[in-house]
Amino acid sequence: MSPNVTSLDPRSAASPAATVRGKDRYKAGVMEYRKMGYWEPDYTPKDTDVIALFRVTPQDGVDPIEASAAVAGESSTATWTVVWTDRLTACEKYRAKCYRVDPVPNAPGQYFAYIAYDLDLFENGSIANLSASIIGNVFGFKPLKALRLEDMRLPVAYVKTFDGPPTGIVVERERLDKFGRPLLGATVKPKLGLSGRNYGRVVYEALKGGLDFTKDDENINSQPFMHWRDRFLYCMEAVNRAQAATGEIKGTYLNVTAGTMEDMYERAEFAKELGSCIVMIDLVIGYTAIQSMSKWARRNDMVLHLHRAGHGTYTRQKSHGVSFRVIAKWMRLAGVDHIHAGTVVGKLEGDPNTTRGYYDICRDDFNPQRLEHGVFFDQHWASLRKVMPVASGGIHAGQMHQLLDLLGEDTVLQFGGGTIGHPMGIAAGATANRVALEAMVLARNEGRDILHEGPEILEAAGRQCQPLRQALDVWKDVTFDYASTDTPDFVPAVTAAM
Amino acid sequence: MRLTQGCFSFLPDLTDQQIRAQVQYAIDRGWAVNIEFTDDPHPRNTYWEMWGLPVFDVRDAAAVMMDLDACRKVYGNRYIRVSAFDASAGWESLRLSFIVTRPAHEPGFSLRRDEGPGRVVRYSTHSYAAERPEGERYAGA
Repeated sequence: MSPNVTSLDPRSAASPAATVRGKDRYKAGVMEYRKMGYWEPDYTPKDTDVIALFRVTPQDGVDPIEASAAVAGESSTATWTVVWTDRLTACEKYRAKCYRVDPVPNAPGQYFAYIAYDLDLFENGSIANLSASIIGNVFGFKPLKALRLEDMRLPVAYVKTFDGPPTGIVVERERLDKFGRPLLGATVKPKLGLSGRNYGRVVYEALKGGLDFTKDDENINSQPFMHWRDRFLYCMEAVNRAQAATGEIKGTYLNVTAGTMEDMYERAEFAKELGSCIVMIDLVIGYTAIQSMSKWARRNDMVLHLHRAGHGTYTRQKSHGVSFRVIAKWMRLAGVDHIHAGTVVGKLEGDPNTTRGYYDICRDDFNPQRLEHGVFFDQHWASLRKVMPVASGGIHAGQMHQLLDLLGEDTVLQFGGGTIGHPMGIAAGATANRVALEAMVLARNEGRDILHEGPEILEAAGRQCQPLRQALDVWKDVTFDYASTDTPDFVPAVTAAM
Repeated sequence: MRLTQGCFSFLPDLTDQQIRAQVQYAIDRGWAVNIEFTDDPHPRNTYWEMWGLPVFDVRDAAAVMMDLDACRKVYGNRYIRVSAFDASAGWESLRLSFIVTRPAHEPGFSLRRDEGPGRVVRYSTHSYAAERPEGERYAGA
């Protein structure tokens, strides 16, 4: 299973540079980054170092090691020229050190650069600071064609400075009194244009029909067609009605995203006053705002849902940007309870192995290195609470066996169109999804091979449930089978059985 | 109404054979199985009455099924649920919970609304059954 990894030989002709030391190092002028101490092939990262793995695509003619050293320099202490004021600091400690550069398998011109950063470069508990250091300036650096932050190893010493998710998977389940199955949700559709009164109707029908949650979409805030207070009031009427009709705890993610923190706090306070158990924010509000809302949620016993709005602009292309696995790590530190992490089978980007990596990052206490899932480092989470991954976008009841098999139990499956688009109405759509889910969990626990027997299990459940039968009928052929853009670079090597 | 708490309430009531398979699944994972009953199924009523202690050390679901039978003989006209507890680090909570017995008639809940200023409504959910004293809530109780 160990992928074949080759490193550039630091002593080869292509990389002759040794660090210049002593007074020559600080002569005024311009010096190659690798000579300034940003390339240290003999360096062994400390347990307390933050490690970043970048995919570096140097401009034509730029040496990969020099390019990687430049990334280390520009993401830590360097500027374009030598400055004597370095000598007023313990500059060797503060320099990020690129210690390894590997060619990317099957991608000519691209290199994986491993860079270690001393813990003292970062402020406690601040994603803003961490990200400003690691991705602040360097992504626009001219000698690079493209740059991507693929993964990070966060030392336990740094993890411990974050509060993490305000609720976490276990406590969320305890509060909702729901164990043993994925949670079910739906995003209210159409995304835009419904009045508060009509919006609440969708929420009521979906929750009464069997969903656990409904959800505002990322761009539902406070628009001319629906003021946020109106939405909150009608939604909470719907939640409470559905709760009384079923005897089950229900919730709706009230999106409190707004133009200012003051507005967000006002909306969150109102959600609390109305008795909502969950509020929602969008990734586009920014890391600091997310951490502030996390603190608020922790103080007010509120589950915090994060929609990853905007991430596709920088996570999707493999050559440039920030991998979603890094965003997932930052969000677990920043402290959200739910994060959209892909469906594999739905309408949005999601390679199965890469997505598996994201789910592990959200839910496990220890992530072992797993290159075939895109996970480059062992990561200890030091008992930081777990984030519930949310699968949303183009999924339906007919895929329930695949979803349960791929994504496991601790996830929220969100069927928006797959609930609201049901021919017999929203409640019927919700019931179809819930029956399909319960039948699948029951079968799995009985030891059946759900991946292969799934369609049969669904059909049998449909015989006792007309809404499920209809759902299977309408959506049976809907798949989104396109090649993924963001796939792992390593595939498990086939080893002969002994 | 049909109370839909628990993992399998949207399916037809489980047969004893199906319950046994779920219990065995839990036991095989090292989870402790617990039988609880109540006559107040309010969604915030966390602590149902325990039928004895959770079963920690059995290998065969048959033992739990015997306990369940005994519980049903006394409280068969109330709600009975089976839950499975996982004591492993980082979880230390339930892994599975489902209703195995319900009263013949499920009266459900009323929703009370106290209207406050600014259109704010304070909601509270009330079990119809709980309007009568404990032990007298279902026919034959």
